[in-house]
Amino acid sequence: MVTLAIESLYISTRGSPVSNPKRGGSLNSTKKIRVLVAKPGLDGHDRGAKVVARALRDAGMEVIYTGLRQTPEMIVRAAIDESVDCIGLSILSGAHMALFPKVMELLKKEDADDILVVGGGIIPEDDVPGLKKTGIAEIFGPGTPLESIIEYIQSHVRT
Amino acid sequence: MDDLERLRKGEKRWTESTLGKALRTHPERIEEFKTISGVPLKRFYTPTDVSSLEYESDLGFPGEFPYTRGVQPTMYRGRLWTMRQYSGFATAKETNERFRFLLEQGQTGLSVAFDLPTQIGYDSDNELARGEVGKVGVAIDTLSDMEVLFHSIPLDKVSTSMTINAPASVLLAMYIAVAEKQGVPMNKLRGTIQNDILKEFVARGTYIFPPAPSMRLITDIFAFCGEHLPLFNTISISGYHIREAGSTAIQEVAFTIANGIAYVEAAMKAGLDVDAFAPRLSFFFGSHSDFFEEVAKFRAARRLWARIMKGHFGAKEERSLMMRFHTQTAGCTLTAQQPDNNVVRVTLQALQAVLGGTQSLHTNSRDEALSLPTRDSVQIALRTQQIIAHESGVADTIDPLAGSYFIESLTNEIETGALKYIKEIDSMGGSPNAIERGYIQREIHESAYEFQRDVDRKRRIVVGVNEFIADETQTFDYLKVDPKSEEEQISRLMKVRDTRNEQDVEEALDLLRAASEGSENLMPAILAAVKVYATLGEICGVLRSVFGEYKAPDIL
Repeated sequence: MVTLAIESLYISTRGSPVSNPKRGGSLNSTKKIRVLVAKPGLDGHDRGAKVVARALRDAGMEVIYTGLRQTPEMIVRAAIDESVDCIGLSILSGAHMALFPKVMELLKKEDADDILVVGGGIIPEDDVPGLKKTGIAEIFGPGTPLESIIEYIQSHVRT
Repeated sequence: MDDLERLRKGEKRWTESTLGKALRTHPERIEEFKTISGVPLKRFYTPTDVSSLEYESDLGFPGEFPYTRGVQPTMYRGRLWTMRQYSGFATAKETNERFRFLLEQGQTGLSVAFDLPTQIGYDSDNELARGEVGKVGVAIDTLSDMEVLFHSIPLDKVSTSMTINAPASVLLAMYIAVAEKQGVPMNKLRGTIQNDILKEFVARGTYIFPPAPSMRLITDIFAFCGEHLPLFNTISISGYHIREAGSTAIQEVAFTIANGIAYVEAAMKAGLDVDAFAPRLSFFFGSHSDFFEEVAKFRAARRLWARIMKGHFGAKEERSLMMRFHTQTAGCTLTAQQPDNNVVRVTLQALQAVLGGTQSLHTNSRDEALSLPTRDSVQIALRTQQIIAHESGVADTIDPLAGSYFIESLTNEIETGALKYIKEIDSMGGSPNAIERGYIQREIHESAYEFQRDVDRKRRIVVGVNEFIADETQTFDYLKVDPKSEEEQISRLMKVRDTRNEQDVEEALDLLRAASEGSENLMPAILAAVKVYATLGEICGVLRSVFGEYKAPDIL
């Protein structure tokens, strides 16, 4: 029988109170990196998003997972409300070319484009340059070690 | 001293002398060997490992209880498994062309992939459908799309599987209506609807309604089909997505059968006789990478289901006891790196499914870690099945691995492990309650996380991903769904809305609302609505307003 070690897991639920860390402020060595892991669109494949969320948490970050079926508007709202430093977007349905750029557009509109945005899922190589042009920092395809994602976020967030 | 005792002594002697000597000079590669699901493995197996096995009660004969050796008396000697490639993209017209190509290539059944808006009951012009139309499958808004989808495909000649869950009644109704236009009566239709909402809540995510009305829709389908579509499989209780979400083999069997138990209980509670609907229950499993574990898994699942249906539910009909299942090779094992290697993975996984006695099989295409498959890739995947079927000889003997000490021992372990989980779930009040508490979701997530960490730490080698890595410049030809097909689909939908009789639609939707507020079977009202070209979104909209929508618990 697999034991449930999950109770120890800290993943805050949406809308939970946060200790008011100011995004974009000066570097504070004690401040944890805050990440929003989000599932835009109607895609129900959340194994990857949940595994990454768990790994980021284990690496000492504060992780908020949105759950399924989020519109770009909902994601951007949650990112701002939760004062995150990074958004991780996951899509396996092929809707990334429609939904990722929309998230970036809304972040700019809200003057929140200092948030580091990374993406993952089933994303053909040919689509990556176009996505990066919209401001997405990196795309992590299938087979990416969790450690690479953790290191990338740690070295690229603008806290 | 009996034979087993003599064997045990012999093994002890061998361990101390022969093995001991060998290990001193040639230690083993790793300290502990386990299956991919974590079942510990011995060096080898002997009759002592299967000493409790009773041939007649545990294995039996093909086509007889407990069906360990297969559900048909002749298995593939009589008829090969159905080769059924899951397929669908863009519009109905393009998917119809792919279907006809596959049938020309010798495929023996159809399997429809619907896009996400269709699976979640939204029309293509819904705001939430943005970017998703025609992406993971074909977009179906109205009966008109379904007519195009099956154009020139005689529905009395093919069997069609439809991966549709929350709105399964609507798509089934459209299928019945298309058949009627072709002059094919309902009782001739063969195929399967997935219709398995419980695994959507835990692993696949295309739910719409809360559990109770979802179960009503399902049992309404059982009742309607029992009366009118005797050849149609009313549900495909799916472990595939549970496995893809990260479960182990034992969890896949356990959670699938626990869901199966919940459907049987719901139908009996709705007043149906178990032998009236159980013969049309079907199953769906993944075929992952651990060769022997997977073969044993299929055999164990079949035996366990038969025992539960007979012992617990008192089913009498032979067909009620048979676990007939479809298999798909495991999508999560495909690598984006060196994609041609996936052909080899798929070959092994397909072979496992055949050795495990599957009734139908989908083989994945090499490019599916990157995109939807191209026509060439799908053709290789189908040819893989044909080579196994016609060249390898494995289809000519029934359950050929039976009697292997190892396979029988592993079959026992999987059955025992799964039963332990099923009892645990039962003590929580059954799978719907266990799902509500997040128990099943957490178990799956734990296994998924552990698996990924094993890969990251190289405790598990994935060729081309964490070992044997090649510098590659990807020169793959992807299948790209033209973004214009979303617009095309929306304008098709507009045209249907403009040309149909609005009054008929309104009346049909009113009747549907009344039916869903009451307790009568919903199938007739849904069938009437699709026939007057009410859209999928309109029909599901009525049901949404009456039933409400499911909100997933925050679980991670």
